[in-house]
Amino acid sequence: MDNLFGSLVSISLGAILINNFIFSQFLGICPFLGVSQKVDTAVGMGLAVTFVMGLASALCYVVNIVLVKLGLDYMQTLAFILVIASLVQLVEMFLKKTIPSLYSALGVYLPLITTNCAVLGVVLLNVQNSYNFIESVVYGITGGLGFLLAIVLFASVRERLQFAEYPKSFEGFPIALVSAGLLALAFMGFSGMKIF
Amino acid sequence: MNIKQQFKEGLITNNPVLVQLVGMCSTMAITTSLFNGVGMGLSVLIILTCCNVVISALRKIIPNDIRLAIFVVIIAGFVTIVDLMLQAFVPALSDALGVFIPLIVVNCIIMARAEGFAQKSSVGASLIDGISQGLGYTLVLIAMCLIREFLGNGSIGGGLIDISNGFRITMDGTGAGIQVFNGDAYGSLFMILPLGGFITLGCLIALMQYLLRRSAEKKELKEQEAAE
Repeated sequence: MDNLFGSLVSISLGAILINNFIFSQFLGICPFLGVSQKVDTAVGMGLAVTFVMGLASALCYVVNIVLVKLGLDYMQTLAFILVIASLVQLVEMFLKKTIPSLYSALGVYLPLITTNCAVLGVVLLNVQNSYNFIESVVYGITGGLGFLLAIVLFASVRERLQFAEYPKSFEGFPIALVSAGLLALAFMGFSGMKIF
Repeated sequence: MNIKQQFKEGLITNNPVLVQLVGMCSTMAITTSLFNGVGMGLSVLIILTCCNVVISALRKIIPNDIRLAIFVVIIAGFVTIVDLMLQAFVPALSDALGVFIPLIVVNCIIMARAEGFAQKSSVGASLIDGISQGLGYTLVLIAMCLIREFLGNGSIGGGLIDISNGFRITMDGTGAGIQVFNGDAYGSLFMILPLGGFITLGCLIALMQYLLRRSAEKKELKEQEAAE
């Protein structure tokens, strides 16, 4: 039990800070750059991604067991992406009914969670690291929290960026990428940290 | 649309990474050595071309409402094929790229070309589009690799080129590359780290915007002169 707790803490800290999905693993860059214009939408997006990542980790763990039993593990990619796509559809319908304001704020980016590499990435990494069920779910949720942290930080930087002066050619994406690089530099301070 | 025009669009004026701004995760993540860059670029090129051709051939019978789901299944199928082939024939590449090979499924380039081009164009045009867009992606990857590897490690062509026994191209990722200066002593480590990816890509896109703007201004000037 003690051991499990230790590994869970180390997985969580790793996913949120040390191996942050965006700043050190490059998963989920598209929504990270696309939905980070405002802090409110960034928070909504981060929460939606966290939710989907946690659920997808749990579901795909079960799906993977079935696939391995049937000797179909080479179909993993295909099966996982289908699970994720239907899950996102479900979340979309749920949000539309319950929180319509968030639904319209997220707009086109909600269905795009399907093609968010962070979601498929976390599921594949779970399999690669052969995590058990609890570890998978924790890794999914904390990975999502790391994404949330990154996107909220970045959105606040970007709001300030509107008043900054920079060369005309850097307008739009390039300046955003460079400032994301500087944020990544800050996150590098956590690298090399070892827990247990 | 003629072939030359399509290639010009894929490589320069409508480059998937630098102009359409899609497929950035893999562009930044794996461009630390030329071996990875070329391998990833070619894998995407093959998958993109196959998907474009199949989707274009089936475009009349795919129902419009569920087309995205069908596209995803087709793409995932080709990605699985390439993934298994790489594991069998080029295991070094498969190890180096790791999770990023299956992640080609969610690489926006392929979906964007399927949705934006293949589903409304003929098979031949889609084939050319797949090749030209794939080449455009590969070129950007190679440029990123060259810059990051040179500044970070002081070498060119790591993993792909071996010069210890005369010039040779290695397919198993063992070549040491051409060492230009001592990377350990003078290389800037940060170019190899994630933030180097962000900054290099940012500068490349800025350069592209600068060049496109300048050529547009030049064209305008010429038109004005012609009008006068």
